[in-house]
Amino acid sequence: MTVEQISQQLNLTVFGGNKGLNTEITGGYTSDLLSDVMGFAAVGSVWITLQTHKNVMAIASLKDLAAIVLVKGFTPDPDTLAQANEEGIPILGSKEQSFELSAKIYNLLN
Amino acid sequence: MEFKFHVEGGDFTSAGTASSQIKKVLKQINIDPIIIKRVVVALYEAEVNIVAHAHHGDIKVKITPQQVYIRLDDEGPGIENVEKAMQKGFSTASSKVREMGFGAGMGLPNIKENADIFTVRSEVGKGTTLEITISTVNNG
Ligand SMILES: Nc1ncnc2c1ncn2[C@@H]1O[C@H](COP(=O)(O)OP(=O)(O)O)[C@@H](O)[C@H]1O
Ligand SMILES: [Mg+2]
Repeated sequence: MTVEQISQQLNLTVFGGNKGLNTEITGGYTSDLLSDVMGFAAVGSVWITLQTHKNVMAIASLKDLAAIVLVKGFTPDPDTLAQANEEGIPILGSKEQSFELSAKIYNLLN
Repeated sequence: MEFKFHVEGGDFTSAGTASSQIKKVLKQINIDPIIIKRVVVALYEAEVNIVAHAHHGDIKVKITPQQVYIRLDDEGPGIENVEKAMQKGFSTASSKVREMGFGAGMGLPNIKENADIFTVRSEVGKGTTLEITISTVNNG
């Protein structure tokens, strides 16, 4: 399933990084601790978080993550968005909280 | 090949610059992606520790056919008890840094996990030196 398919099925907002919408999602990781994601998220994962600052993009890029989904209506900081566009890593958004969103994405992937 | 980077304390927007550059280089010379991942995690955490905990620091990365050797020298408060700092969950990060999702106390353990050789030397009130070596040849 691609980032775009998940985004359509769950009605997610696409803030930016549209170049990467065709990336295949191979799993997910839900965490707001950057070292946790850095150490343990698998390549191709969608990262579910409430962190909106630029460092999330650095981590997504370094770890080759498929996309970031911001929960609870959070929106990316301007420099976060700029880097998402530059790197082509989609940054999406949802009104839902992490538990619910993770469950829905899990169900779509499994 | 040798690369040098300078890191300023508190400059979170630039955190990850060295890791990102080194990742590109290692990819270009066709290093095993599993090895690249280990280098990236270790270097990123070490870089962020200078940003989060020190005043400023210098990073040297030396890539040879056998290994990636990384040395980070910072000027800063130093680490009082290295053994304690190496424990998962130990952190003296400020609340502002924690709010950003840093300061989980997983950085040094992550480095140790991903390095073949990892040494920490620190002098309180002066600074900290990390040496990280990751072998790029399959020695199994
Ligand atoms: N370069 C450094 N200078 C001073 N203190 C450091 C440095 N690196 C690590 N430390 C100390 O070791 C602790 C643990 O580091 P780490 O495992 O990376 O966790 P975190 O950075 O999340 O606090 C830090 O909270 C800090 O007290
Ligand atoms: Mg750290």
